Amino acid sequence: MTEPILEIRSLTRRFPVKRAGQRPWRRAKMSWLHAVDGVAFAISPGETVGLVGESGCGKSTLVRLVTRLIDPSSGNIAFAGNEIGEIPARRFARTPQRAAIQMVFQDAGESLNPRFTAARAIADPLLRLSRLRGSALAERVREAAGLAGLPDELLGRFPHQLSGGQKARVGIARAIGVEPQLMILDEPTAALDVSVQVVILQLLERLKRRLGMSYLFVSHDLNVVRLLCDRVLVMYLGKIVESGPVGTVFGSPAHPYTKALVAAIPSLDQRGVKRLRLSGEPRSPIDPDPGTCKFYGRCPKGQSNCAAVMPELRPLEGGRSVACHYPEIAAAEATREAPTVNSSLLPFQIRHPAS
Amino acid sequence: MSAALRHLRYVLGENPVTLASFALFVVLVAVAVLGPWIEPYDPLATDAMHALTPPSAGHWCGTDAVGRDILSRIIAATRLDLGIAFAAVVLSFAIGALAGLAAGYFGGWTERAVGRAADTIMAFPLFVLAMGIVAALGNTTANIVYATAIINMPLYARVARTEASVLRQAGFIEAARLGGNGEMRILLAQVLPNTMPLLAVQMSLTMGYAILNAAGLSFIGLGISPPTPEWGIMVAEGASNIISGEWWVALFPGLALMLAVFCFNLLGDGLRDLIDPRRRT
Amino acid sequence: MSEASPLLAVVDLSIEFRTRGGTVRALEKVAFDIGRGETVALVGESGSGKSVTAYALLGLLDPAARVTSGRIVFGGIDLLTAGERALEEMRGREVSLISQNPRGALNPIRPVGKQLADVLLRHANVPRVEAPQRAVEMLAKVGIPDPARRAAAYPFELSGGMCQRVTIALALACSPALLIADEPTTGLDVTTQAVVMDLLAELAAASHMATILITHDLALAGEYADRIVVMHAGHVVESATAGELFIRPRHPYTAKLIAATPKPGTQLADLAAIPGNLPDVTRADLPTCRYSARCERHSKTCDAPLPLVAIGPSHMVACWQPL
Repeated sequence: MTEPILEIRSLTRRFPVKRAGQRPWRRAKMSWLHAVDGVAFAISPGETVGLVGESGCGKSTLVRLVTRLIDPSSGNIAFAGNEIGEIPARRFARTPQRAAIQMVFQDAGESLNPRFTAARAIADPLLRLSRLRGSALAERVREAAGLAGLPDELLGRFPHQLSGGQKARVGIARAIGVEPQLMILDEPTAALDVSVQVVILQLLERLKRRLGMSYLFVSHDLNVVRLLCDRVLVMYLGKIVESGPVGTVFGSPAHPYTKALVAAIPSLDQRGVKRLRLSGEPRSPIDPDPGTCKFYGRCPKGQSNCAAVMPELRPLEGGRSVACHYPEIAAAEATREAPTVNSSLLPFQIRHPAS
Repeated sequence: MSAALRHLRYVLGENPVTLASFALFVVLVAVAVLGPWIEPYDPLATDAMHALTPPSAGHWCGTDAVGRDILSRIIAATRLDLGIAFAAVVLSFAIGALAGLAAGYFGGWTERAVGRAADTIMAFPLFVLAMGIVAALGNTTANIVYATAIINMPLYARVARTEASVLRQAGFIEAARLGGNGEMRILLAQVLPNTMPLLAVQMSLTMGYAILNAAGLSFIGLGISPPTPEWGIMVAEGASNIISGEWWVALFPGLALMLAVFCFNLLGDGLRDLIDPRRRT
Repeated sequence: MSEASPLLAVVDLSIEFRTRGGTVRALEKVAFDIGRGETVALVGESGSGKSVTAYALLGLLDPAARVTSGRIVFGGIDLLTAGERALEEMRGREVSLISQNPRGALNPIRPVGKQLADVLLRHANVPRVEAPQRAVEMLAKVGIPDPARRAAAYPFELSGGMCQRVTIALALACSPALLIADEPTTGLDVTTQAVVMDLLAELAAASHMATILITHDLALAGEYADRIVVMHAGHVVESATAGELFIRPRHPYTAKLIAATPKPGTQLADLAAIPGNLPDVTRADLPTCRYSARCERHSKTCDAPLPLVAIGPSHMVACWQPL
């Protein structure tokens, strides 16, 4: 039984919302946008956990919290046993954990300084976070580039001289250079053609095993999440509504939102089939009612107690959890074997005895 | 590198005016640098016998009221005027651009403070403000530099602030934070280099304005005092001679002034085309 | 081809662009057609030329573009030789376009109801007094809740999905015979994508409107298109009904594209990348088959001019050695 590399408990992040005509000194009457609203999960060493959700669900805010680029409003973020949520984001750059948590960005081109060569981009974190200098540094840069499949001759190029796939590799090389233990992959292949996507995904999988990292893989493309992830977290309006082994969650979704998400994936097999469609708009994330389920109003199942009591993540069998008063528990088996890695996801009971 | 040179050649080729201004710039700098060696006469040497002689083989631009060779004085003035303008621009850039970058990047109180300061300066007609500063501090070359620098700072601050507030959102800034960079280091090592092209254009444009400003101050008697040769003073001295028919005393220095300002303005435009074809005017 | 005479026929279209870096031979001998009421998907990766094709259909190409051969026959006239006035009359009335980034297609400072009314007044000869009411009806038709109130809304007040519905309403205001949808759901959430695509399919079926769906998403094409035209580096490499294409692709590139697309049930190790890179289309010495450099079946026979082999009644492939 291993200690999780990342443990999130009751994580919340709110943003103040300016309303027209509001006075800045009247803090009590402020409106708050609940971007992340009481999230809890854990990632074990060597695991790939997927995070799916649509725009406005809070996954970018969650990512920024986990990478400590912004501070939480409340809650705990524990990395390898150390409580890092307390350290202000401003000072996090100088802690030893900075190098251990890294990210690969969605738009590789945007994430590279247009005036830095590939070599300089890869070397920059090493200059700040390691003691390597001179030829040892150059050697490490070449090593990271090699691992990411970037040929040496491209190291002197600027971003505008590189293709989409090559830029993605520079971003990956930069992130792995400092030997992180936890890597956040924020839609790393969203901007790439499907043929390049395959190569990058296979590269990421290889690197994970070779360098012993854990991944948090954020994506809106469920088919890609299915490929790479052991477990998946489904997020909606700041809360995790379902979690579990990826095959089970996508194969027989328990939460109505997950069901709608899976039903929305286009596929040749679904031609002409009338499928479940989500109508309406999400509820407002501003000043949400703590007693109403976030999905109430759009949910095909809404009952009266959905508007009275907020459903919390509750464990079901098969290592999954759902936040719903009326989850759909089918007897269907998962399309993928559940991994043997410790995949506990209980928010209240972090340590789960091996079953 | 060769791609940049090819682009340079393309821009210069497409636009003969840019090429001309580039050539003129080289000539001006050469004249400023080589000044003392190419002057035909001593710019301060008076010769009452040959006062107010029209342009001739011996004096290409004629002589002024006390017999000094106007061409030599123009050449000597090039060094002074360009020097003042350059110093003012560098000072303006150093303070204005950095303040603007900080304002755009950090926002909040920094932005408000810098904004107010810039607004205060810009509330005045800038030349009048320069006059006021020089009048208050005294008629020295240094004060002209300070005054010119101060009135140009808001321009840099504004350009830098806009660029920095856009770049603040860029992905590579977040990546730099992940890489362990502190905020100041990001500002100087990542944001500043990306704003340099635009600021370089601004520097060229304000060179022209700074020359005009220095000449203007001297023209009205503030700043450089005679007998130091300076284009503005020379035009002032020659102004009264126009009525009596000695057109060359004011014309040639005026022409030199005009050419210099044109040169820097057009150079600025050319630089802008070079760095960002989308902003072409 | 589904009917005797197709609604739109693209014949032998070749387009090049003159740029500072050389001449880009963007399209070469592109040919396909679409019948009334059909939905045809143009599928390709970046650089395949699918967007250039879409803009050529509407005469909206960049001034640096030069059509070096071909015809686009729509309703009996060749759109490439038609005058600007004829094209203006046609755009919006007979042929409409929706693109990605729905918010970008709308005027940010004009309420959406007024924008709809503008189109109705310009193209559908609706009397001025009736236009606002008709605009509200159109908004209702595309499924916008509370349309009377939303007609007064500005684009920034609407979500991405709603904005796309508005652009669909704009495009369909005059019941065009052909709709060109250029990546209409890129950038939208998958649940919104499903709803928008369902809406397009429903509206197209109701008014027997033909749709050209341009997308890089093969699965989307598979679900919503009757026929799929696969493009690679400016060439049409294969065209078939959706079912046939997936079950038995005949062009090596199509097969590789399908193999590279993640599906439920595939493992990461099963996916195969497409070897090589897109050819440099500024070169003058391009091989006749632009896929040959990346193709493992390449041989001497492939150097001959590219054929268009008919494999079935509606299945064409541009290959000397189809699978």
